[in-house]
Formats: sequence, structure tokens, C-alpha cells
Amino acid sequence: MGSNSLHVLKGINFSCESGELVAIMGSSGSGKSTLLNILGMLDEADSGEYTLDSVPIKNLTETKAAQYRNKFLGFVFQSFNLINYKSAMENVALPLYYQRVPRKERQEKAIEYLDRVGLKEWATHLPSELSGGQKQRVAIARAMAAEPKVLLADEPTGALDSKTSYEVMDLIQKINDEGNTILVVTHEPDIAEMCKRVIHLKDGVIVEDKKVEQVRAAQYVQ
Amino acid sequence: MFSRDTWKEIFETIQKNKLRTFLTGFTVALGIFIFVTLFGMGNGLNNTFAKFFGDDATNVFFVFRGRTTIPYKGYKANRQIEFENQDLVDIEDNFAMLMEYITPRISRNNLVTYKEESDNYNTRAVGPAHLFAEKTIIMKGRYINNLDVKNKTKYAVIGRLVERDLFSGENAIGKFIDIGGSNFKVIGVFQDDGGDNEERNIYIPYTTRQLIEKNTDKIDQIILAFRPEIGYAGAMAFEKKLDLFLREKKFISPEDPNGIFIRNVADNLKQNQQFAGVLQIIISAIAFAVIISGIIGISNIMVFVVKERTKEIGIRKALGATPKKVINSILFESIFITTISGFVGMIIGVVVLSQIGGKTLEDDYFITNPYIATGTAIFATVLLIICGTIAGYIPAKRAAKIKPIVALRDE
Repeated sequence: MGSNSLHVLKGINFSCESGELVAIMGSSGSGKSTLLNILGMLDEADSGEYTLDSVPIKNLTETKAAQYRNKFLGFVFQSFNLINYKSAMENVALPLYYQRVPRKERQEKAIEYLDRVGLKEWATHLPSELSGGQKQRVAIARAMAAEPKVLLADEPTGALDSKTSYEVMDLIQKINDEGNTILVVTHEPDIAEMCKRVIHLKDGVIVEDKKVEQVRAAQYVQ
Repeated sequence: MFSRDTWKEIFETIQKNKLRTFLTGFTVALGIFIFVTLFGMGNGLNNTFAKFFGDDATNVFFVFRGRTTIPYKGYKANRQIEFENQDLVDIEDNFAMLMEYITPRISRNNLVTYKEESDNYNTRAVGPAHLFAEKTIIMKGRYINNLDVKNKTKYAVIGRLVERDLFSGENAIGKFIDIGGSNFKVIGVFQDDGGDNEERNIYIPYTTRQLIEKNTDKIDQIILAFRPEIGYAGAMAFEKKLDLFLREKKFISPEDPNGIFIRNVADNLKQNQQFAGVLQIIISAIAFAVIISGIIGISNIMVFVVKERTKEIGIRKALGATPKKVINSILFESIFITTISGFVGMIIGVVVLSQIGGKTLEDDYFITNPYIATGTAIFATVLLIICGTIAGYIPAKRAAKIKPIVALRDE
């Protein structure tokens, strides 16, 4: 945007294996959200290469990008981004609608994923009738419903109190335990410690990339 | 594209955004409704004009006489011009090629009595051709014929309302009425589209009237019809020639505005039709402006709707909605709403038009049988739908182009 371009990321080089749970950390303005948006094909990198599941992601048309997002990626946002006039179940079923899954099957699958995040009873409720933690769990269910290769979470706990944060992290860890690849952007150290690998960004470059001993969130959750 | 799923998704969106749906639909329905009613009123006004001037034949000249104001050929000014029976013959001889028929008219007001009932009526002493000039419709009996004129019979043809008032339900045919002191036999009853006053007239042979008035051969007015084939221009030329002919015959200066006067119904009619036409154009223009403002209204709403849904569009795109799907869902929604409400507005308008027609509207507001041609109504509706679609398409396309990350940031 604008005539003076701002270089946010200045040479990032890393790869991520299947089944990893990676935390991307950094202070605000360090470029962590930009990195995640590029990985999520929500934004485009000016230069560089990005290969997802051995598919080069380059010069995508809007339509192609939408299809890749639908097939490969699941998103969890800080502000949940649920569609406010659709019930929890309809929200979860939405990515399946874009995969042309038949209606019946879509609803069954949505209920199944809501059950996995413990919100089966809330299926018919609108987002406005749910708490913040519940909304984020619906968002996670929605991201998982499309069975993506990678789950991208941008500050998933940013709008939640610490107790709810741990509940959400517990859920993310469980999903990871099932073999799903997850990237979490966060600036909270305790959240980062619950991942298996932490990448520190500063001023658009990676300053640290280390494997960590995972702290299970379950112990904080009754 | 038109799968059941797509429609279900659209219906759900419509159902769950009732205010938005209502506002959009209301704008469209109101626009079409106003268009249909206004246009219908315009047509009603036109009908009234047609009715006012449609009760007389349109190929008719009325020749009136007056007093001269300019001395001419040795005659003084302020001379009363008179028409005589011979004038009828002369006109007929000179203009036979251009003329269809000719009839005199002598109008008098008389007290008319039947048994105990009596009232003042206008009697018109006329020739047989007067039937065509006034488009008189004979209900029963017959009109005055040439034999009546020749024999100066005391026969009368009375209006429908004369029969109703004097005979109160009785059949008037064959009965005798007293007109200004003379007994007349009723030989016919007529009706006329020209309104109640026309149906309070009584027709008698003009020769009979002249006989009663001391056997004169004077005529008040001459009514003559030109052949329709000569056209409007031919009629105007005929009028001029006739005017000159009569001025010559009656020694009236060609510059005298008063001695003789010809009222040309064709000319009048043309002017009135032009007037009605201009009115219709004005009303159509207003109706069209209403449609335009409806289009602007719906464009505004569509821009607002897309703006309001920017974030939702971002979410949908992040979840895998292609730009085409985004555009389609917005467009189908707007087409669906505008189509339904457009036709609802149209039908309400048509129903209202058919309900409001009536006597009060006709007499006080000069609107007769307001109607709108189905084609016009449907054309306006479809026009609004198409424009609504285009109005929705442009912002929808722009919204579909926004990067999802920008749309998601939109608060």
C-alpha cells in the first residue's frame, strides 16, 4: 500500500516438517503476522520461494489461491472471525461448502468436529451467544473441518484470558498429537513453551530457531 | 452454479439479514409501485381527454354567425349576419367534393310538458345528418329523417334523461309532449357519450322550428363534415376556402374577426391531443425519474451491503471461496430480492390502479380508467432488476478482488 514500500521480512529461511508444532515469536512489528499471512496465501511475498507439500506457491491467481487455501490450510484468528449470522455448526460447515461437500455430509462432519472441541451442544447457537473461548474453539473446529495439511493460528489466545488460553492450547496440542502440522504466532512466552519448536523473529529476520521441551497445557486445565 | 446448495445458502443469508433484505426490497417495490401508478394516472388523464372530445365527430366544422365590425362593400358595421336554408344548398353545391354531410342547427330553450311533469330543455332543430355530427346513439325508435324535414312534421327525438325525468319509467315512444306550446310526438330516444347535458336535449326537424317561428328560413348554425380522406391539411384548406366563400356571399370583410366564425373540431382535437400528449410526456418523465432514483437507491444499498460484508467476504475467501463464488452469492441475492419485490411492487401498483378508478376520480381529477400496459410495467421492472444487478456487480467485483488479509483487517 502506498508509494513507499516497507520491508517487513528481510530474508527468512526455514522449513517445517509434517507433524510439527511451531511457535513464531517476536515483538509487535517483527513481521510474524506477515510471515503467517504469506504462508497462508492471504498475502503475497515480493520475492522468494514458498513450497507447500512440494507444490511451489507462486504467481497464484485469486481463484487458485482460494482453492489451495481451501485444500491445504486452516486458519485460526485472534479475533475468531466467525460469521455472526451463522450458527456454530454452519460456521464449521462453511469450508466444506466451498469443497462442494453435500449438505448432509457437511452437517454431520461439522457436528463431529464440534464434538471434538466439546461444543456439540452449542451447535445451533450463534457466535454472539458464545464466550470468547467457545468462539475460538468453534474457529478451530472450522479450521480442522476441511482437514488441512497445515493449521495456521495467528495469536489464537490473544483475546482470551489465561485460563481459556490454556484450554485452547490444550486443544491445539491434542490436534497436533494426532499428527497435524500447526504454526502458532504468539508473543506470549508461556504459549510458545507449549509448542515443540520456537522461532524468534526480530526486525524481519530469524534470530533464534530452537526445539523446546513441550509444556502440556492439560496440567493447567481442570 | 444454480445448485440447490447455492440457493439454500442465499436463502439463509436473506433470512438472517431481514433489515437489509427489507430495505433493498422496499426501495425496489416502492420505485416500481410509484412508476406504475403514475404512469397509469397519465393514461387515465389521456382517457379523459379522449372522452371529452370523442363524443362528437372529429371531421366537423361548426359555422357560427355574428355581427360585423368592419363596414364592407357599402354595408355598415354592426350588421347581424343571417344564415338561410339557401346557404346550405349553396355550400353543398360548391364543396360537394370535400363534404360528407351538412346540417343546420337552431337551438331554443323551451318549457317541455308531459302530463303533470314539465321542465326546461334545450331543443335543437336539426337535419338528419346531425346524428353523425353529434355521434348520437338511438336507443329506441328512430332519428329525424329527410321526410320529416320535407313535411315539417311535429316529431321529437328526446334524450335518455328527458325520458327518465318526464316519463318516469314509462315508454315515451308514441306519446305526445308539449314543447313551447306545440304538441310533438316522441319518435325516438337517444343517448350520448358527451355526458348528462347532452342527454337532456330534444331534437326536432329544423323546418318544423322554422314553421313555428313564422315560417322563416333562418338558421343559427351550420354544421358540416368534411371527408376524412382529405386529411388534416385538406381540412385546414377547406376551412379557409369555406370561410372565404361565406364572407364573399354575406359581404363580410376578409379582415372582420366577428362576422363569421368557423370552429374546426379537427384543429381543436389536434391541439387537445397535443396537450394531453405533453401531459403524458411530463408524467412519463416523472415516472422515469422515479425509476432512476430507484436505481440510485438500490445502487446505494448494494454499495453499503458489500461494504458491510467486506469482513465476511474476507473470512469466506480465507476459507476457500473463489472470487467467482463471492460475486455470485452477492449478485444472486440482489437479483432474487429485486425480482421478487419488483414484481410485488408492480402487482400492487396494477391492483391499486384498477381499484382507484371511479366516478369521483373521473369528475374531480379528470382521470378515467387509469391503466398501464403490461409490457410497460414489466419493462420498467426488468430495467430496475438489471440496473440493480449492475449496481450490485461493480462493488461485488471490487470486494472479490480485495486481498483476504485486507478484508479481514476491516473492522
